[in-house]
Amino acid sequence: MARTLINLPRTARRGEVIEIRTLIQHVMETGYRPGADGVVVPRDIVTRFTCLYNNEEVFSAELAPAIAANPFLSFSVVAAESGILAFTWSGDNGFEQTETRSLTVT
Amino acid sequence: MRRRALLGTALLAAPALAQAAPRVVVIGGGFGGATAARALHRLGFAVTLVERNATYLSCPFSNAVIAGLREMEAQRFGYEGLRREGIAVEQQEARAIEDRRVVLADGGALPFDRLVMAPGISLRPDAIPGLDTEAMPHAWRAGPQTLLLRRQLEAMEDGGLVVLSAPANPYRCPPGPYERASLIAHYLKARKPRSKLILLDEKDAFSKQKLFEEAWAALYPGLLEWVPLSSGGKVVEVDAAARVVRTEFGEHQAAVASIIPPQAAGRIAQAAGLTDRSGWCPVDPVSFESRQRPGIHLIGDAIIAGAMPKSAFAANAQARVCAEAVAALLRGEAPAPPKLINTCYSLVEPGYGISIAGVYRPANGLLADVPGAGGVSPLGAPAATRAAEAGYAEDWFRTITADAFG
Repeated sequence: MARTLINLPRTARRGEVIEIRTLIQHVMETGYRPGADGVVVPRDIVTRFTCLYNNEEVFSAELAPAIAANPFLSFSVVAAESGILAFTWSGDNGFEQTETRSLTVT
Repeated sequence: MRRRALLGTALLAAPALAQAAPRVVVIGGGFGGATAARALHRLGFAVTLVERNATYLSCPFSNAVIAGLREMEAQRFGYEGLRREGIAVEQQEARAIEDRRVVLADGGALPFDRLVMAPGISLRPDAIPGLDTEAMPHAWRAGPQTLLLRRQLEAMEDGGLVVLSAPANPYRCPPGPYERASLIAHYLKARKPRSKLILLDEKDAFSKQKLFEEAWAALYPGLLEWVPLSSGGKVVEVDAAARVVRTEFGEHQAAVASIIPPQAAGRIAQAAGLTDRSGWCPVDPVSFESRQRPGIHLIGDAIIAGAMPKSAFAANAQARVCAEAVAALLRGEAPAPPKLINTCYSLVEPGYGISIAGVYRPANGLLADVPGAGGVSPLGAPAATRAAEAGYAEDWFRTITADAFG
């Protein structure tokens, strides 16, 4: 399990635009870099990030080898209703990790 | 070629210049400027040093003042030594750099054939919303801020949380925030053992990292916590009155906070058009002449020096190289490509010193590391090695302050 950091408010007013910040600790190995032994280190990156809000996709991103280690993403969501936000990072070597947070809308 | 042609014209047009010693003005009386003034004076120039303060307070060793291990007066250096040698010291602010003359605060002007500037840094507290440097001192320029942070630590109740921050590169004194965290942790361990220290960092790696981490694990377990960028270490705003520090992913209620803001070259360098979009001064790595304005040389923390860090030692080394380059250019010769050395000592507790050394040379328009030269203190070294290095740090301080201020 990679360490993730997620920042969003616990509560929001209906219709409010909230900022969400996420970070995953990941090497984002490009696949182009020779290691200490001269052999190219195989690619190991996160390729896709999605945010589902009550099972509806509200944000997604494609990630490429040029993106630095520990990718940080910041985006906005309209607080429509109380529910669950699910954040999923997926990538090379079958990598997939999902974290959830609840949001109360008043 | 163009420069040589211009110099030739200047000499022909002003034959009187050949008789009088060329006039060199130095702005800034820190480690770089004071060293440059003395070196230029030794090379036979009529030197005027412009410095707004009557005395200089050294940043090196000022973390020890914060931690109560040293008194401020040990950091203070005057300019009597320079005056005794025959250097004119103008104690006032430089207001503007015009064509071949420096305009002073009192309205006077100092004409120069070459100008050397060591303007140091300016701090940008406005880059962190909510920051009030009286409530959360940066103490990144030795002086009242240093003592303010010390008093806040002394007044703090046992059990309080101390929050420090380290900015992104580049900034003055790369190992400084980590030495500060170490020495404050030492103070807390001795005086306020129920307290804790968090160091929020906008980076994932730092100078002498393995050595600091080894020392922290041995000396301050459970007391000092380093939070790197990838663990949410970047400070995005503060509530100075409530002493709350907010990062990208959380917030900390501090009893005492020292937030080191991002930095740029000293204001005079910005006003004189010597900085680029980075806020720092691009220079030629052989002559230290500005890439923006010919005839003006820059040294020390204000410059873009490539691999060379922003340190007192680096400023001192650059000052001596720059003085030789200025002399060569005034003779109409090309300056010789230099090799420069830097060494930085850090204390992690009294009697426990660690160091990093590097050698640099011009390459591709910047100063680059000479591979295989320099290095850091060994990991896992015995206490005697650490004690010896703490002693070398004291020797270094005596040597460099004597070299700069006489």
